[in-house]
Amino acid sequence: MGVPAANAALLLLTDSRLPAGGHGHSGGAEAAVSSGVVRDLTTLAAFLRGRLAASGRVAACLAAAACALGTAGPAAAGRPDEDHPAGWAGLDAEADARTASPAQREASRVQGRLLLRTARRIWPSPVLDELARAVPSGAHHPVALGAAAGAAGCAPGEAALAAAYAALTGPATAAVRLLGLDPVAVHRLLADLAPDLERIASAAAAPPDLAAASTWAGLPAHAAPALDLLAERHLRAELRLFVS
Amino acid sequence: MTPAAPLPRPGPAAASRTGSAAAAARRSMTARAVLATTLGPGGRTVLSTMRSAPPITLRRTGPDRVHLVSTAAGPLGGDDLALDIEVAPGTTLDVRSVASTLVLPGPGPAESLMTVTARVGAGASLRFAPEPAVLAAGCRHRATVRLELAAGARVFWREEFVFGRYGEAPGRCRSRFDATVDGRPLLRQEFTLGDPAVDTSPAVYGDARCAGSTLIAGFPGSPAGDGRERRGAAGICRTGEAVVGDGWAVLPLAGPGILVSALAPDAVVLRRRLERGESEAIPAVASPVA
Repeated sequence: MGVPAANAALLLLTDSRLPAGGHGHSGGAEAAVSSGVVRDLTTLAAFLRGRLAASGRVAACLAAAACALGTAGPAAAGRPDEDHPAGWAGLDAEADARTASPAQREASRVQGRLLLRTARRIWPSPVLDELARAVPSGAHHPVALGAAAGAAGCAPGEAALAAAYAALTGPATAAVRLLGLDPVAVHRLLADLAPDLERIASAAAAPPDLAAASTWAGLPAHAAPALDLLAERHLRAELRLFVS
Repeated sequence: MTPAAPLPRPGPAAASRTGSAAAAARRSMTARAVLATTLGPGGRTVLSTMRSAPPITLRRTGPDRVHLVSTAAGPLGGDDLALDIEVAPGTTLDVRSVASTLVLPGPGPAESLMTVTARVGAGASLRFAPEPAVLAAGCRHRATVRLELAAGARVFWREEFVFGRYGEAPGRCRSRFDATVDGRPLLRQEFTLGDPAVDTSPAVYGDARCAGSTLIAGFPGSPAGDGRERRGAAGICRTGEAVVGDGWAVLPLAGPGILVSALAPDAVVLRRRLERGESEAIPAVASPVA
């Protein structure tokens, strides 16, 4: 057996044209621009690098776990058993515990809910139905993304890559619009981060029993305190283009 | 040499430059200190176990108050230090430290480890607010906190990190904080330091030289989680609504607790910002009885 073929569904999931509402969120970039800490390509590059290392890494790990949970059989996703006592609600609670900022929790749930609604129509699956039922307030975005990736036939490492990538592209494209930056130069920044994306995704898929609640407790939980402050400040800004 | 990131209390940190040389001379230490309360007659708190383990020395400074006294330099690379705290149901414990901790490199490449495990029973109250940890140049530190709260336990837990002594680049640190309530995750967060490209990111610490947070849970008036109401200093505000100031924020968690988070250029400003947020989160905590 050779290397498994890449899954084309991964491209659909991460395409900004996927109608799942992601374009309305800047991932803290608008607040960072408003406050002046992101003002050019150099400061944007630093912002993106930090966002990937903290929020991106955590999102990648949660997405990998969600993908594993959704594809490890109905017992894992739906009915809790001895090895998988918590199911979707448990994994979603792990995302909650890693998101101290209420503004970011809300943005994550709104995006997760929209993504799940879209994904259930594109890749109908009892696993996604069960996720929507288990977390009626809207699953966190990385959990929804990982579950959708699983339903589309992706592996946990691919789900992780999609989540880490999503953590970058939102703020990057928002910054292009907010600062009038050269879009090609911004894409060059993203290309420079590709090795970090791949490293983070493969680390996220590495833990042996990703579908088990006992594994979730120890997943990375990197905080981005400046991002928390920016997210809350943004919610109170009088003029804003992006929801978050 | 005067530290320009002035510390709330001058301690070992003030003598740090000479301390480094002294520290490098000593052997690495493994220590596990234990602190436990039991409920005494009439509902009194009894400090039933107070086992010091050098370099962690415990000193009783009040009926239910204990100060941590460091009786050796460090922690330094190779040290494996632990503190276990057990707060029995219905009892109260207040843990402080006499001075900031200066985390130093050791003779070899080994990390220094500091692990604090605390279990707080139903109706018990724990305040854990030691002075900051200063992450000196070259250190390789790993700080771990495991906080297990019973339903109805109260906690006030503050941690502060200072990124190096004045004018020096900090060493490396990985800090992990896990708090659960009745077995369910309340807060999991990691702070890492040591990759300048990430540390100085405007998404992570920006130009701050200190980071800190205070977890507050179970106090009357503190929130019961998303979707309920709480009563704050500014009147009644819905839970889920944060309060933000200059360099600090009060963040109601999804579970039953509030996180006060702050970034600052120095330790004095960090403490002021945290205290400002703490008073917003729960007025009674802001002016603790000394």
